[in-house]
Amino acid sequence: MLKLDSLVIANGDFRLSADFEVPLGCKVAVIGPSGAGKSTLIGAIAGFQTVESGRILWGGRAIEQDQPGQRPVAMLFQDGNLFPHLTIAQNAGLGIRPDLKLTADQDMAVLAALDRVGLSGMGGRKPGELSGGQQSRAALARVLVQDKPLVLLDEPFAALGPALKGEMLDLVDALLRETGATLLMVSHDPSDARRIADQVILVEGGRAHAPVETHGLLDNPPPALKAYLG
Amino acid sequence: MAHRAQPVSAKPGIGAALCVAVLILGSLLAVVLRAEAGRGLGPADWQAVQFTVVQALLSAGLSVGLAVPVARALARRRFRGRRMLITLLGAPFILPVIVAVLGLLEVFGRSGWISQLLGAPVQIYGLHGVVLAHVFFNLPLATRLILQGWQEIPAERFRLAAQLGAGPREIRTLLEYPMLRRAVPGALAVVFAICLTSFAVALTLGGGPRATTIELAIYQAFRFDFDLGRAALLSCIQIGLTVGAALVALRVSSGDGFGAGLDRPVQRWDGQGLGLRVLDGGMIGLATAFLVLPLIAIVLSGVPGLARLPGSVWNAALWSVMVALASTAILLLLAVPIAAAIAVGRQRLELAGLLGLAASPLVIGTGLFLMIHPIADPFAFALPVTAVVNAVMALPFALRILVPRARQVVAEFGRLGMMLDMSGWPFVRFVLLPRMRAQIGFAAGLAAALSMGDLGVIALFADPEVATLPLQIYRLMGAYRMEAAAGGSLLLLVLSMSLFWIFDRGGRWHAET
Amino acid sequence: MKYLAFAASVFGATAAFAETPELTVYTYDSFVSDWGPGPVVEAAFEEVCGCDLKFVGAGDGAALLARLRLEGARSDADVVLGLDTNLTAAAAETGLFAPHAVSVEYDLPVAFEDPLFVPFDWGYFAFVHNADLQGPTDFKALGASDLKIVIQDPRSSTPGLGLLMWVKEAYGADAPAIWDGLADNIVTVTKGWSEAYGLFLEGEADMVLSYTTSPAYHLIAEEDASKAAAVFDEGNYMQVEVAGKLAASDQSELADQFLAFMVSDAFQSVIPTTNWMYPAVTPEAGLPDGFDTLAQPGTSLLMSSQAAADARDEALAEWLTALSQ
Repeated sequence: MLKLDSLVIANGDFRLSADFEVPLGCKVAVIGPSGAGKSTLIGAIAGFQTVESGRILWGGRAIEQDQPGQRPVAMLFQDGNLFPHLTIAQNAGLGIRPDLKLTADQDMAVLAALDRVGLSGMGGRKPGELSGGQQSRAALARVLVQDKPLVLLDEPFAALGPALKGEMLDLVDALLRETGATLLMVSHDPSDARRIADQVILVEGGRAHAPVETHGLLDNPPPALKAYLG
Repeated sequence: MAHRAQPVSAKPGIGAALCVAVLILGSLLAVVLRAEAGRGLGPADWQAVQFTVVQALLSAGLSVGLAVPVARALARRRFRGRRMLITLLGAPFILPVIVAVLGLLEVFGRSGWISQLLGAPVQIYGLHGVVLAHVFFNLPLATRLILQGWQEIPAERFRLAAQLGAGPREIRTLLEYPMLRRAVPGALAVVFAICLTSFAVALTLGGGPRATTIELAIYQAFRFDFDLGRAALLSCIQIGLTVGAALVALRVSSGDGFGAGLDRPVQRWDGQGLGLRVLDGGMIGLATAFLVLPLIAIVLSGVPGLARLPGSVWNAALWSVMVALASTAILLLLAVPIAAAIAVGRQRLELAGLLGLAASPLVIGTGLFLMIHPIADPFAFALPVTAVVNAVMALPFALRILVPRARQVVAEFGRLGMMLDMSGWPFVRFVLLPRMRAQIGFAAGLAAALSMGDLGVIALFADPEVATLPLQIYRLMGAYRMEAAAGGSLLLLVLSMSLFWIFDRGGRWHAET
Repeated sequence: MKYLAFAASVFGATAAFAETPELTVYTYDSFVSDWGPGPVVEAAFEEVCGCDLKFVGAGDGAALLARLRLEGARSDADVVLGLDTNLTAAAAETGLFAPHAVSVEYDLPVAFEDPLFVPFDWGYFAFVHNADLQGPTDFKALGASDLKIVIQDPRSSTPGLGLLMWVKEAYGADAPAIWDGLADNIVTVTKGWSEAYGLFLEGEADMVLSYTTSPAYHLIAEEDASKAAAVFDEGNYMQVEVAGKLAASDQSELADQFLAFMVSDAFQSVIPTTNWMYPAVTPEAGLPDGFDTLAQPGTSLLMSSQAAADARDEALAEWLTALSQ
């Protein structure tokens, strides 16, 4: 279970507060107006934003002082999720061991993950040789081998077309069903939330609100959300 | 509150910078401690300071000012021999002073090629001669530094610009000016610093004692008056000026990077107009002529002497290559950690880097000698000391080359690296080093070549049994054997260029460079 | 060689090595180069001394003295070879040198007597030019001519300092006027002799400050008679190169032996065609062929070392003033 306990995140002059829990295995969309602090929220959970006060707890353990790589978190950014000079297999392998000293079993795990995301036989290619959708799949293969209990997505598929994006979200959904990981996913698009999210966190007015059941919220939005949804 | 996490530790870099600072300031201190009360700075010394600053400012301004259009032309054009030309651009910078001066004078001198062509002697000696020589030395370096700035703009940005229908003017404001704002101040500071410690070039081309630089005043203090205090004081002024220039450069230099690219080869769609093509062609042609003619002169006068090279010259060449390789290794051990530390926010470490360039070689050599002599025979340290000092002297250039790229890598991939728990060695090994290969190769090539050509501190540590090639060339000249010396210079030129080429080539990853 | 000696004792060097005394001689760089007198002298002296002679090259004469001052009494040097009379006053003042016991008849144009220093060779400063040029006969004529000359900076070069003393000795209080006259003839001033001579050979100037013996190199080593040296009516200034023994030497007897050897035939006969200077004591076989063709100044100028030391700062100031206009 992820618990944000009286959390205040500082980003320059901007402050974002959050105080809620996310149940284990839950898939949560983070929505809100542009600039409201969606990326700030998940950046803080991943360890890239300064926590001013309060705590971030995972399974009862405080993690807000941990280095990003030490946290139980796998994250995909808007862009730059792959190292251009490394092969797809190496990029995925980094998720197992950052020094790439993989055992034969671990190599097999990388290949299996690439198979799973539909990149069979492409492990030797470099990101520049792949299409946008294939690059996203490669990044997801790494999330898979990272095997972290909490997955954070900061709009990694925003650049893809609607059909391709939907395909990726379905893939994420399927993968998470297999691993049982908890998901926090920044999104602009309420239909993304409807597609895979159980719950929605609304970020607006310097606050990240506690998660609410997706369909109930979107069908019956409070005024702030209504203004955003238009 | 934990401060922001970083993918690489700044500690090794801070340690390396401290080593450099201790080496330079320690040897300065050794000289100060040994000094007896001498006379302070006289009006002649202040005049030297003034002349030094004026010529260094002019030289830096002109070198960098000319380097911008040359680099732009090279970035915009693809033609046969372009790679070769870019490699050749490194040559003047790495030549021993006397060799380069003789080459320059064979072209621009009173009885040089141009004078013969015009039928009247060119008036080369004077402030303009000093600046001409310094531009000859530094234009290539400035061009490479700025060209690198162009190459760090990812292909995607040019593609975007082309897609937006941006012409040369728009590309200038969108991409080139921001890049230049980051690259030019640093290049200016480095060239300024090099010209501050110029001595033999300034004196010879300056036409006499009007062209007295601080370094010459140090020489005078040291060997004419044996006034170590004054030598140290003058050296402090040199350091002060360099640090000042560096601080200004760091302040002025600004702007964000260009973001990540996917290593696509850069293609350019702009600048196809006839005017721009003529302009670029003209810039490249003029710069090439200016830089290559003296090199041709050196080659022509060196060929007859090659056959008459005594065996000791070949031995010296071997030693020089070994010193150069050692020096390159030391340089990389210092420069890469410092560049990484600067990239994660320790900006000021670049100052430590500049110290090596700012301090008078004579004072550093003397200080090291004073430190080593009581403990051990300085000759036993001749080659290690030369290798270390050459590495320290090459450090500022290496940092100019490495830092922008290191910053870019950290900005692009730092978060991802941390996310994957790669902080520390894995990040260095799998991200930083591979992504900096081209820059590391260039820096290593420059360091190796510089070390080949540098006489540096060797004089006080010169073991008669094992001389370096530049020292052996001086010895040949001192023994009237000018033809053999010219042959030795050609050998030096060829060896330096080969080392430079091998390292630089080894590091290239941009297919189009 | 404390370091090596220490290493040798630790690693069990042979008895023979340990018993061979070592004489360390500091000298200027070109003396020890393969083309200088060093290698021949070393072999010849080691044949008679039963010792190991070690030459250490340290820049030029002035750098040599500076180095000695840096090292002080702790210096490894037993003998210093290569100072000239412009430096000996300062060298004597350091108190590092011990009196010598050499007494021979020197073949110098002027009487030379110094309790601390023994001359080993000498030469005349002169402007060297191509033989087809009718050289000027004094400084005034040179100043009035259109001839272009290259000289060395007295602050960084021994010949440069020699020229300063030359003009001062010949013209005294009128020296500034001479420099004023020369100012427009001077193409440029170089850091050292090599740069200046290189510029001259490249045709940057009609004449270069060097030695009357310079044409001998071209004549003897290159069979090229195209160079000549100008003799001046006011006389040519001499450079007398000397050696001295250090008071702190732990090889005092060997040092004395070396100084005596230095003025003997074995050493002196090597000097003309390796150092391209006149030997301080003419060898029995006389000077090599070709030296008889060299220009002979009518007057030999040389300041005493004390006078040179006293005149130096003023002469430099005059030089700077005249050439900085």
